[in-house]
Amino acid sequence: MNISHHFDDATLMAYSAGTLPQGMALLVACHLHWCPHCRQRTEHTNAIGGVLLDNLAPSALSEDALNAVLSRLDEPGQEFAAAEPQGTRQQDDDLPAPLTGLLEQPLDQLPWRRIGYGVRQLDLELGGPGATRLLRISPGVSVPHHTHGGNELTLILRGSYNDELGRFCRGDVADLDGDVEHQPLVDTDEDCICLIATDAPLKFSGLMGRLVQPFIGL
Amino acid sequence: MQEYEAEGGDVNAAAVTPHTMTSEERRKQVRDEWSACLTRLAETHDKSEFARLFGYFAPRVKSYILRLGMPDATAEEVTQEAMLLVWRKAHLFNRTKASASTWIFTLARNQSIDRMRRDKMPMYELPEEEPDPDHRDMGEHSVIEDRMKAAIATLPENQAQVLHLSYYEGKSHSEIAEQLGIPLGSVKSRLRLAFSKLKAHWGEDA
Repeated sequence: MNISHHFDDATLMAYSAGTLPQGMALLVACHLHWCPHCRQRTEHTNAIGGVLLDNLAPSALSEDALNAVLSRLDEPGQEFAAAEPQGTRQQDDDLPAPLTGLLEQPLDQLPWRRIGYGVRQLDLELGGPGATRLLRISPGVSVPHHTHGGNELTLILRGSYNDELGRFCRGDVADLDGDVEHQPLVDTDEDCICLIATDAPLKFSGLMGRLVQPFIGL
Repeated sequence: MQEYEAEGGDVNAAAVTPHTMTSEERRKQVRDEWSACLTRLAETHDKSEFARLFGYFAPRVKSYILRLGMPDATAEEVTQEAMLLVWRKAHLFNRTKASASTWIFTLARNQSIDRMRRDKMPMYELPEEEPDPDHRDMGEHSVIEDRMKAAIATLPENQAQVLHLSYYEGKSHSEIAEQLGIPLGSVKSRLRLAFSKLKAHWGEDA
């Protein structure tokens, strides 16, 4: 996979600090599964946490804390864990492992819901302040101009699109904040399927966008 | 069980520590010892190694969790759960990718998130068998982290502040913006500046 668009440093720092909403953390984990470059950057953003942990003054634990934990080490289920299974379904080459576990079917068999001309979506219903959804856009279709109240992360799972920021292909991420306005256009004859996670609702601009906003609910 | 009541310093007591060592060398030695201890735990399943790790890390993990805003009793419980994970997952620790401190930080962080959300944040773990061909061998992570520790101390106050609010207090970037009364973009740019300064201390661009 030839990945050319990566996360902002600040996004990986939030991931390491554990402060991203669940859907955005899922999306970061998916990109990391595919991207050695960002995996290495994440080792560094994690290390900031390790250094801070070392710098903390210790807090007193209850007197029997160690014994309480030691007594649990031999309980069933506390044996050295094998690498955890990456989802309930068989590995799917289409999908990064963290997403495989969440979806019950391969991409093409998911219960896509049509939300406009050439646009289908599937809400992953993860909860939290924003939304996490899969978007499936037909060739030649563009998503209306929109900006973002908060942050929006997009990971391309299949196909590609072009927008003001460049060309985004499988494995690439678009890491956008409220200042960016963009209008992605699917630029091959293949559907573009993306995972999109936000921490606030999107804002569409222009008349078309205002008309479509309540409908798409993006 | 009393013999397990090891103080955090025990690991180092055995090591030769000439007083001519600089504090940086000494910190590196401490860090290496804990990474070695965790590696031994994975190989031997020796409970006394676990008890040593517990003596050093559990009180720090509890401090971290308390800072995230949990009440003492919950922090105690989550600390114990995180330390159980150290036992269960020790074989997944890879000292070329993280120091013991960093690895335990990520376990404590995920355990805290689980507790706070009552549902899981997907934790990223590279499966053991998955080769990572592009990974450059950077040697012991402790070297990098020691340089970084020195670097954090030199950050301008406003950059150190956002780093602390994010990592220590678990605040989102938007929450930090609100708390400090600055735009979200400024929070991010301070974090980016801090990170690029820390990267300079890694000796190579990451």
